[in-house]
Amino acid sequence: MFSNLFNFASPQAFYPVAGRMISWFGWSAALLGVAGLYIAFFVAPTDATQGESYRIIFIHVPAAWMSMFLYLVMAGWAGLGLVLNTRLSGMMASALAPTGAMFTVVALVTGLLWGKPTWGTYWVWDARLTSELFLLFLYLGFMALKEAIDDPQRADRAGAILALVGVVNIPIIYFSVQWWNTLHQGASVSLTRAPSMAATMLAGMLVMALAAWMYSIAVSLARVRAIIVAREQDAAWVRSGTR
Amino acid sequence: MPRKMRYMLDAKDLACERGERRLFSDISLALKPGGFARLLGANGSGKTSLLRILAGLTRPAAGEVLWRGEKLGDIAEGYGREMLYLGHAPAVKDELSVAENLMFSARLSGIAASNDQCRMALEALGIGNLAPLSARVLSQGQRRRAALARLALAVPLPLWLLDEPFAALDENAISRVRALAEAHLARGGMLVLTSHQEVPIAAGNTQTVNLGV
Amino acid sequence: MTAAIVLVLRRDLLVALRRKGDALNVLIFFVIVASLFPLGTGAEPGQLRAIAAGVIWVGALLAALLSLPRLFAADLADGTLEQMVVSAQPLPAVVVAKIAAHWLTTGLPLALIAPLLGLQYGLPGDALLVLLGAVLLGTPVLSLIGAAGAALTLGVRGAAVLTGLLVLPLFVPALVFGAGAVTASLSGIAPGPHLSLLGALLAVSLPLGLWATCAALRVALD
Repeated sequence: MFSNLFNFASPQAFYPVAGRMISWFGWSAALLGVAGLYIAFFVAPTDATQGESYRIIFIHVPAAWMSMFLYLVMAGWAGLGLVLNTRLSGMMASALAPTGAMFTVVALVTGLLWGKPTWGTYWVWDARLTSELFLLFLYLGFMALKEAIDDPQRADRAGAILALVGVVNIPIIYFSVQWWNTLHQGASVSLTRAPSMAATMLAGMLVMALAAWMYSIAVSLARVRAIIVAREQDAAWVRSGTR
Repeated sequence: MPRKMRYMLDAKDLACERGERRLFSDISLALKPGGFARLLGANGSGKTSLLRILAGLTRPAAGEVLWRGEKLGDIAEGYGREMLYLGHAPAVKDELSVAENLMFSARLSGIAASNDQCRMALEALGIGNLAPLSARVLSQGQRRRAALARLALAVPLPLWLLDEPFAALDENAISRVRALAEAHLARGGMLVLTSHQEVPIAAGNTQTVNLGV
Repeated sequence: MTAAIVLVLRRDLLVALRRKGDALNVLIFFVIVASLFPLGTGAEPGQLRAIAAGVIWVGALLAALLSLPRLFAADLADGTLEQMVVSAQPLPAVVVAKIAAHWLTTGLPLALIAPLLGLQYGLPGDALLVLLGAVLLGTPVLSLIGAAGAALTLGVRGAAVLTGLLVLPLFVPALVFGAGAVTASLSGIAPGPHLSLLGALLAVSLPLGLWATCAALRVALD
């Protein structure tokens, strides 16, 4: 029943489709990124209390959103792969993980850079930053597990189980860290809540988030194409160069 | 459904992949009560993989295995109550005595064996005297015998899947295992085994699956 | 189902009883880790009391982590694990029994010795009781999540370190609620909410850990 519906789930069929989509999403990402940065640096007003340094949220917040969203998407693909046993799903999850980890790092680094002028120190055990740090560990664990298992299909299934366990645990970890934070009275100024959100700020952030989204799609498609070629190098369609 | 009734074990168009390498494809195998199948092939041709697919451990890359007309994935431990799988590793724990090992294995297969039955099973393999010893002191061959003693208790299980049952056994033990296998087939049981040695087994209906190189 | 649990539980406990060293070493490791901290931080009583819960909990996490390889690896190597998977017993029952055996030989001893370490750190009586309760409630979570991690890394090179990478981040909620209960009790706040949250965590971890462990075992044996 699913064989027709999921025709594109075959790596061979997906490969050329992905190739056509990459440039489309890549250009969208570039244009939206330029527009978003323009709003961030030239349109959005200077913040009354934080001055210019707050502008880093235009990168920090979309990166943090993407980092969490991509884990969800990754777990979604992983679950799909487990249930339907499609090979492409595991490849998609593998392709998404590095991008998710990258956004996590971006969110952490921008958080550090913002922390110095605002709190006078690079790292405070703020609930959001701490959760982001543990999200990074989850991404790293996922990638390390896939890396360690030689058989790609076994790696896909094991990775999928881990991703699903992770996706159930992320809200629990997030909640527990917040609970811990209120208990120990950590930093009360949160980066995301800092400036009262003006409409232009929201617009800038949404445009940047959209740019990050397009970028993620473009990069994951490029990566999944590389994975397809690497895994199916013995298959006739790859060898004959018909791709 | 008449199809269901024809074969107890029905494996159709099986294929197996390890990594991205295809070990075999289009392998079919069907057994009726009393049926015996021998899996042949060179090292690395996928004999063990095929046996593991039949046991429901490995998922085939293509094809399906039916037991009493139902897919293996759908019956789960129901299959375990009717099938005995002895793999390459003997599944004998060093920390337990030979008798304790056998008792536990039998219970896992849903067979409540008494102490006497366990001793008789070990005797059938010629190691009755080892029953109280810790499995740690067993030699390789004795360990294999301790594993194979399960066959003597597995009378109620209609399907036996044995991976290299004659490996590391001496003449005496081979003939004992052979006798157990032939009695099983004569009762209407079914047997699939992989073997390097040409051990003749008398069966009403023998088929050979050659996986080649 | 119950018969299968009893069968596997009895066997695993018997095996553990004849290999007492394994469980004992984990316990000694726990005591050593907890005894190292004052040497690093200084033994000022107020400070020790403040870090006690965290130190003991992190020690318990590491001790639990160290004990994980013996959960499935030996059974995989000698073929027992595949016998359990193809057996007449439901796999979730087998896994429940193995995790229960792991907790009885690791988590329970850790919980019983934790108040002793609390004494070392100068915790008052009621905080010691809370510590005992929290570790009793929290260690089954470690066994459940840890079992999934151990099953996922079965037969993988560098399994021990990898297991740590996979499960330690997932241990965070147990650490937060478990250590939080003791800290709360120290500062005169009722530890009840923390313990309830630990209980809730256990309720979530039970089905999740079981499912993940069963699925991972099937993958490992495929």
